[in-house]
Amino acid sequence: MAGTPVIEIDHLRKTYGNTVAVADVSLTVQEGEIFGILGPNGAGKTTTVEAMVGLTPIDAGRIRVLGLDPHRDTMKLRELVGVQLQQVRLPARLRVGEALELYASFYTNPAIPDELMDLLGLADRRRTAFADLSGGQQQRLSIALALVGNPRIAVLDELTTGLDPHARRATWELIERVRRRGVTIVLVTHYMDEAEHLCDRLAIINHGLVEATGTTRDLVAVGRDTTYLIRLPEYVTGELAARTVLALGDDVRFHSGVLEVTGGLDTLAATLTTLSEAGIATSEIRTRSLDDVFVDLTRTS
Amino acid sequence: MEQRLRDHTKRPSDGARSRHMTAGLLRSEVRLFLRDAPSATFTLLIPALILVGVGLAIPGMRGTVSAPGTDWDGLPMIQTFTPSVLTMALATPALSTLPVIIANYREQGVLRRLSTTPVRPISMLAVQVTINLAAFLVAAILALLMAALVFGSPAPRQLALAALTLILGAVAVFGLGLLVAARAPTGMAASGMGMLLYFPLLFLAGMWTPGPLMPEWAQAIAIWTPPGAIAQALNSAWFATDFPALQLLVLAGWAAVLYPVAARMFRWT
Repeated sequence: MAGTPVIEIDHLRKTYGNTVAVADVSLTVQEGEIFGILGPNGAGKTTTVEAMVGLTPIDAGRIRVLGLDPHRDTMKLRELVGVQLQQVRLPARLRVGEALELYASFYTNPAIPDELMDLLGLADRRRTAFADLSGGQQQRLSIALALVGNPRIAVLDELTTGLDPHARRATWELIERVRRRGVTIVLVTHYMDEAEHLCDRLAIINHGLVEATGTTRDLVAVGRDTTYLIRLPEYVTGELAARTVLALGDDVRFHSGVLEVTGGLDTLAATLTTLSEAGIATSEIRTRSLDDVFVDLTRTS
Repeated sequence: MEQRLRDHTKRPSDGARSRHMTAGLLRSEVRLFLRDAPSATFTLLIPALILVGVGLAIPGMRGTVSAPGTDWDGLPMIQTFTPSVLTMALATPALSTLPVIIANYREQGVLRRLSTTPVRPISMLAVQVTINLAAFLVAAILALLMAALVFGSPAPRQLALAALTLILGAVAVFGLGLLVAARAPTGMAASGMGMLLYFPLLFLAGMWTPGPLMPEWAQAIAIWTPPGAIAQALNSAWFATDFPALQLLVLAGWAAVLYPVAARMFRWT
């Protein structure tokens, strides 16, 4: 990771009438990374990326993408940034090969449509009309169109919404492959597992504000230690748990049937021993996931 | 990045590039227009087919007009149908095809996707207007050929006036279509709004009561509508020697109002 910032957003604000879509968002995306913008529906994610690529005028703040102001140097930026917006379709009768060749003709230095079709597994669909493609294939074509200009940055909004699990996995692999070609990727999603799987760094947005930002690992682990979540049987009351927890020390919390332990594997081992000695069987142990971080951060709503 | 930016300054002039992109879009959209066979057939062939159908199937149409003292007197009835059919050839692409495709492209996000590329979405508007103007020309030529070949219809007595009317009329009626396209939220809505204009306006253009058959009261209304004014001015061009100044002024007035309003109301998303 070169660590050169390619996108800088400082105190972005955008309102529609009385509705504040983005209250105050600042973030930095570095060259070559997969950066996730994560948040619940209506959090201001899409408005943020639309402002980032100059599609939406802004009320306040400063945005620089590859050193360009997206609202002034819009045409220059179009050559350098590929965008895949959500819920955007193509004419029903336009065929895969035709769409790629048409969109390639819009750029000064386009990718070769045949290579893109290979990369995205669309080579055998070249003559298929858009309306006859499966959801996953339509989504892959959308990604291909975002890449056809040979962009330095690809912005992908709600990439896998509506795809079956298999198609989602395939799409994730594809994003990894695109990144290996040196394209910086901004991924907008409301799926925690997607962000956790793909993203190097994340900004979690809620109510138009950045709630947390950092590497995915940091956000999940909060420090070096791992947080283990141990689900206790239903008969364990708050009182019993409180006594056990107290015995275990400071790194342990208990709420709604789940014991949260932060530390190394030795901490986990000690916890399990204590529980076992108290005669409490554990039904499930897992590590804290981005899901949990996300729920914690957005619980206030 | 430096390298990339420098590459940009080396590209051919922006004008040339923009023309190149628009030409690619035009090719692609022409292909899609022709691929939509029912719509393309309707737009291109229906005026000619209706002319022939009406001329052969409706007995009264083979008779002659009896209106002593007017320019119509003694003309075969079907020949007076030509201006109405030409007006239909214009109204069909402008009011039934153009607004629907623009509204569809807005609804499906095609315009939004274009706005993320170096192509300006207004190129799509220009391309669609071009295609539908071309469709009008093809439909008009086919209808005129049929009129001449099957019914021996004559050329207009005032050729320049006919051309001027069709140009001014096309500007006005396409303005009406663009006004529908400006706001219709879906293709279905555009289709409904287009049809709501299409049929009453075709009546006023004389589709059911061509030239000499139209009642006075209908003519008095028709003159203030774009298709009615077109049909009346074409009647003068074909069969008379007067200059239909009021009709042409009405068309110019519509054009002057429709385009600024459509431009102000137009939504890309």
